[in-house]
Amino acid sequence: MANTVVNPTRMELTRLKGKLRTAQRGHKLLKDKRDELMKQFLDTVRELRSLRTQVEQDLIRAHGSFTVASALMSGPAMEQALMYPKQSVELTMTFQNVMSVNVPVYHYQTRTEDTGDIFPYGFAATSGELDGAVSALGDVFQDMLKLAQTEKTAQLMAEEIEKTRRRVNALEYVVIPSTQESIRYISMKLDENDRSTTTRLMKVKDMILKQAIEEKQAENARAIRAFGSDGESPVEV
Amino acid sequence: MASYQIAVLGDRDSVLGFQALGLTVFPVDTVEQARTALHRMAKEDYAVVYLTEQLAAQMEGDINRYKDDLTPAIILIPGKEGSLGLGMSNIKKAVERAVGADIL
Repeated sequence: MANTVVNPTRMELTRLKGKLRTAQRGHKLLKDKRDELMKQFLDTVRELRSLRTQVEQDLIRAHGSFTVASALMSGPAMEQALMYPKQSVELTMTFQNVMSVNVPVYHYQTRTEDTGDIFPYGFAATSGELDGAVSALGDVFQDMLKLAQTEKTAQLMAEEIEKTRRRVNALEYVVIPSTQESIRYISMKLDENDRSTTTRLMKVKDMILKQAIEEKQAENARAIRAFGSDGESPVEV
Repeated sequence: MASYQIAVLGDRDSVLGFQALGLTVFPVDTVEQARTALHRMAKEDYAVVYLTEQLAAQMEGDINRYKDDLTPAIILIPGKEGSLGLGMSNIKKAVERAVGADIL
């Protein structure tokens, strides 16, 4: 603000004007970015909320089935049944650029194509409840992956929005006002200099004129003294 | 394209089922173990870590450390004992962080 010392020169004024233009353009752009990010973020969050509610419900149900299954089977037997998974998941990650935020997009590939064929145990030694529990988990897994993607996106966007918001505010409330203040200060100082130069010139002109008049008067007086005071006026010869 | 792994971290009973789906399962008994496992996973190629809310409640600082990183995405899931509402409150926190107030 006012405490920053600026040189009241024309060069500084030009520099500050350029800075102000850049700041104003940056401010407009960042504000647009913030608004668009916010719009997409709110969409993401709405999706995330419904997705999370659903996943949580499904998971709790799956856990319930597991609890029943573990009540019907002995702990070691169940662990043995689940020990060697038939299915395996390969996850690859690509990135999508949403308003300069890199958000992950997950793609997964399972080893066996058939989602129904995921039971890694023989049906003879296990209880039917375990099948239900495992298939319930298998069903919820896709949603879980989508949840992971959406949630990470929301987190990353939240960070970016926070950053952008700070920048917008810094430009709007600090950089732009202080630059305007400096510009005003410099232009006023320059105007003041102009005015003082003009008055000085007028003053000098006055003084010179006065001196010239005085000189002229002195000359006249001398002429009168020399020719006009004693004797006749010169006569024609 | 690099391939990543998915991990599930939680108490034994909550995570056992995920083993059948082919996810990497880390059954842990104490918060300390979970913390060590989480930091190890962050260094390795785990893209998604599912963490039970029961554990997450006691290791908030460790989770926040990875919040702004691209990997791993730490996703809270309800454990065997049910949901603590932590996942939902995290969404709320993200909104508050972005908007400055909870507007939803």
